[in-house]
Amino acid sequence: MIKIEDDNYQVEYQPADSVVRFTGTLRLGGLSEYAPIADCLTQAVTESDALTLSLKELEFLNSSGIAMFSKFVINARNKAEFKLVVVGSQSVPWQTKSLNNLKRLMPAMELILE
Amino acid sequence: MSERYGCFNEIDPNNYCEHMCLSFKPSSVPIKQRWRNNGLSADFLGDYLTTFFPKDNEQPDSAKKQAIVRDAATYIANELLENAMKYCDENGNIPNSIDLTLLPDQLIFTEINGISAGQKTEFKAFIKELESSDPDELFMKRLEASAESDSASGLGYLTMINDYQAELGWQFDDINDACKVTTQVVIKI
Repeated sequence: MIKIEDDNYQVEYQPADSVVRFTGTLRLGGLSEYAPIADCLTQAVTESDALTLSLKELEFLNSSGIAMFSKFVINARNKAEFKLVVVGSQSVPWQTKSLNNLKRLMPAMELILE
Repeated sequence: MSERYGCFNEIDPNNYCEHMCLSFKPSSVPIKQRWRNNGLSADFLGDYLTTFFPKDNEQPDSAKKQAIVRDAATYIANELLENAMKYCDENGNIPNSIDLTLLPDQLIFTEINGISAGQKTEFKAFIKELESSDPDELFMKRLEASAESDSASGLGYLTMINDYQAELGWQFDDINDACKVTTQVVIKI
């Protein structure tokens, strides 16, 4: 398992389940500060043909985080036959507004808002 | 001389319901050390607003409304504060401030910071591109471009417009060799 965390957020990648779970608030200062998380996501795409991003407990994401996820989704889109599932929550307002943009980047992505 | 772009509202002090202003001195501590204050300030502004959108057990939508207003205020305030911190002219003496005004049907955010002459040129080029583009198309173009670049420039403003239906305006005032930029964001509530 790979775990990246600080006082405000936690990212956990479970290769056995092909799941990356995000919790907390992500407000890092630009794409360079998101690099360890982006590298973890790239590794997850490389290691499997399917991946689930669980964002249900990610309460806040700034625009640099949106850019990081967009970059990741485009990377996943470019891998043939890759199955990506993004699970969000109806009770986290930013997710109901912004997660659909990722699906627009990768129409084959499955977006579930629980 | 002031230059204005986009939608810019004059705020009538007799009309607002609530008003709050936070101000900061840009050069007091290094940016890395100050970065967490963006989140603290944005969360504070979002939480402060919840008082005016109380949960009411007899109105099932009230809790949802409170969460939506809090989320929008926190996101917009955080983006404005991050931008002001990233692009502020630390050599100038223009303090950063963020001002939140609650009207009966609107929330108005006003962020003031100093920028250099070079940054002013870049900023105006972005505003010109925004004014001559479809915001949704420009947003998707910038998201696609994020795959090729290490910059997320302009995404915060475009998210406000596309996901939060915000109206944006800017005012530039030259002060000696520096420039004071006022960014205003209006959302309906």
